[in-house]
Amino acid sequence: MKLLTHNMLTSKAIKQVNTGYPLLIEARDVKVSEVEFNPEFIAKIIPKVDWDCLRRAAEQLGHLDKIPASVPDTYENQQEFLKQAHHVLLEIELINGDLVCPESNRKFPVTDGIPNMLLREDEI
Amino acid sequence: MIHTIASSFDDIENRSILDLGCGCGMLSIGCVMLGAGSVVGVDIDPDALDTCQQNLEDFEMDNVDLINASVEEAGLLFRNKFDVVVMNPPFGTKHNKGLDMKFLETALKLASRSVYSLHKTSTRDHVLKKAQSWGAKPQVVAELRYDLPATYKHHTKASVDINVDFIRFAVS
Repeated sequence: MKLLTHNMLTSKAIKQVNTGYPLLIEARDVKVSEVEFNPEFIAKIIPKVDWDCLRRAAEQLGHLDKIPASVPDTYENQQEFLKQAHHVLLEIELINGDLVCPESNRKFPVTDGIPNMLLREDEI
Repeated sequence: MIHTIASSFDDIENRSILDLGCGCGMLSIGCVMLGAGSVVGVDIDPDALDTCQQNLEDFEMDNVDLINASVEEAGLLFRNKFDVVVMNPPFGTKHNKGLDMKFLETALKLASRSVYSLHKTSTRDHVLKKAQSWGAKPQVVAELRYDLPATYKHHTKASVDINVDFIRFAVS
């Protein structure tokens, strides 16, 4: 599971949860891979990314050093920033671990990179 | 199907895409091949997702993330909308009547540009009407004919012809 995906996930489907965001990460296995850099796409999604959540997630995966502290004003034209953002959003993956709902503490296991967000009937 | 989406509607390249009910990932793979920015595949069946992951490795696709969730959870699972949702929902004929409409309703909530889906031609009027009541502008892009061989235990014929509509639902 890439951090771009984690940045979007909430546990709001659980009955009494209000926001369910961001999900905390308890990481066991993390993988870094190479993904083709597409600066146009990265520039497009930066406005949709919750940067604080991304930083906290990178920290929980042990990769805080790779991520810039904040988004610069003219980010669309800054190749270096876009490259770093690309690396954190798409190249660092959680393989095994848990995602934890910040309100209910409910754990969602991540196995082989796939988070299991299925809820029991009594939770919906 | 993905080719039409990419060339006629510019809804693939550099777009964030959700494959709702991705199964073994054929639509997702198509999207990546045609230049999608990112793809997320959601499915309720963990075995299908395992197969999907195997397919992604075989095709050397590295920009697809998979999530094990049902259509019920999917509606509230994401903080943001995707640009486009693509899906080939279960047609809701035997034990899951109306499931394709549940998929459509959820997909429309999760897309900011458009939803692409397949529905039985025999249900066309119902699908178009419901979509409009949910605020979308539907357009039947093509009518397809499938000759489906028996795949489940409850299939009694050796194969069956079904007519399927490929529909684009504009959201914005």
